[in-house]
Amino acid sequence: MTTIETTSHLNGVRVEEILGAREALTDMPEAAQFQWTAQAEWVSGTHTKSTLENFFGLGEEQSHRRAFTYSTDHPEIFASDDHGPTPVEMVLVGLAGCLTAGVATVATNRGIELRSVKATVTGDMDLAGVLGIDPDVRNGYSGVTVHYEIDADASREEIEAVVAQSQKRSAVYDALTNPTAVRVEVA
Amino acid sequence: MQPTVTIVGAGQAGMAMSRCLTERSIDHVLVERGEPANAWQTERWDSLRLLTPNWMTRLPGHQYAGSDPHGYMRASEVVDFLLGYARSFDAPILTSTTVQEVSSRDGGYSVRTDRGTWQTRVVVVATGAAGTPHVPTVAADLPRSISQLTPSEYRNPMQLSEGRVLVVGASASGVQIADELARAGKPVALAVGDHVRLPRTYRGMDIHWWLDTLGFLDERWDQVEDLARARRLPSLQLVGSPEQRTLDLNAATAIGVELFGRLVGVTGDTLQFSGSLPNMCASADLKQQRLLEAIDQYALANGLDDELTEPTRPKPTAVSAFHTEIQLSDVETVIWATGYRPNYPWLEQHLLDRKGAIRHDGGVMTQPGMYALGLPFGRRRKSTFLDGVGPDAHDLSEHIVGFLDLVSARNQRGLR
Repeated sequence: MTTIETTSHLNGVRVEEILGAREALTDMPEAAQFQWTAQAEWVSGTHTKSTLENFFGLGEEQSHRRAFTYSTDHPEIFASDDHGPTPVEMVLVGLAGCLTAGVATVATNRGIELRSVKATVTGDMDLAGVLGIDPDVRNGYSGVTVHYEIDADASREEIEAVVAQSQKRSAVYDALTNPTAVRVEVA
Repeated sequence: MQPTVTIVGAGQAGMAMSRCLTERSIDHVLVERGEPANAWQTERWDSLRLLTPNWMTRLPGHQYAGSDPHGYMRASEVVDFLLGYARSFDAPILTSTTVQEVSSRDGGYSVRTDRGTWQTRVVVVATGAAGTPHVPTVAADLPRSISQLTPSEYRNPMQLSEGRVLVVGASASGVQIADELARAGKPVALAVGDHVRLPRTYRGMDIHWWLDTLGFLDERWDQVEDLARARRLPSLQLVGSPEQRTLDLNAATAIGVELFGRLVGVTGDTLQFSGSLPNMCASADLKQQRLLEAIDQYALANGLDDELTEPTRPKPTAVSAFHTEIQLSDVETVIWATGYRPNYPWLEQHLLDRKGAIRHDGGVMTQPGMYALGLPFGRRRKSTFLDGVGPDAHDLSEHIVGFLDLVSARNQRGLR
């Protein structure tokens, strides 16, 4: 039943429901206050497991359909066991997922059928920063590039406009391009 | 004094409404905190000219009659024009009078000012869209060594010290001030967020001629797709100059203005700018492209191609390497060209939304007998234009007549 319903929507995006939610949240600013939580636990070496299950939104506790667990680690060239991608690569995963979800939503809202959307996300980094070799080099990415290949029922200009709008409404793009206050405490 | 209608603000909107009410023989008064056309007299920088050409200066019963229809008026000429307008029908203006409170009373409104209180049936809020300059909260994090100005306080480059200036905002005010300061030899950084890029002329015609001709400026509030978004749209990135030059980001960088992303905060001793600059520019380029495309199609469909010059499209905005930080010690002045915010401490709370803006449907406020005129996309895309407030004033004056008829009919029934 659910499958049939999902596939009957253009690009699999239930755009009416999204627009309905947007309208409802405009009138209920409290319900729009969300909090996302990752639970992390160190395993060994540079290997950490993080679990995402519960979050808060629409005024109450919410849950994913099930818990999702991800390992992060460092590759063997850093003398680690490579149990998972590096945390900084996970940031690229977040950016790719967020921008691409945005591309699908915006395209659907504009009545554009997508046949395929592929993105290559690269982040440039000088390790002289994290290794403390050069204080003038930042730890994080010096730059991030997203390269899209999109096959859709639309002109090149329309596709560019969809990608531009997706950036304007992307949470991860915003988190990467703008500073965020981060507080780290010890219990 | 018990005027039937009280108009708050004697600028272009208030005067247009006054003229419409005069034609309909409805007694009224205009209340003005300073002198008529006050903001144009006291809150504009020296070199400012209108963004619209002179021929696009049409108010109810009055229009530009000078010798330069394709030029752009200076602020002082706008003042003269508006004063002449007020004189032409003897507008009943109460100057140097500040409204302190408007409250519902006896089926009408009580208007309390610093020079007396009176009772009125109808109130028209015509205090303008450019009321209180908006200064982002990050301003509070700047050290005292940096002087801060809003466009209402800025006059000319001489007013500023020698050092580097950061202009925040790249709509009309921001790019014009950045351009003027760079030409005066000052090092200028420009923080760029959402903006609407337009060429001054396209195919030999002023861009406003095109916007007017395509009916774009006449788009109505009840027909536009996303009204909330249309009302938030920043002012057009244009300058009115005798040589009709285009002032976009490429023109700014050509004279040495350095582009940055949106200013997002202060961390330690550095100003932080968003890395979204390329997308801001790409979005503005795409929107400009779409408009010029629509113009070309219109020209073709209406057989104008032979009379017009060739379509030459502006080059994409060049954003090469850019920085996301400036040391606080490298900035001497910050100019906040970050738009305006509504500010109505004298109106009852229920008339405003949670951001403090007037709740209204095409200028008809949520309480019968109250109207708002001259707000962004009030009834039309051109509602805030000197050339655009007239039709809105006409529509709303008609609504006021209907409202007053209804009130008197009700009162007569009540008497019987």
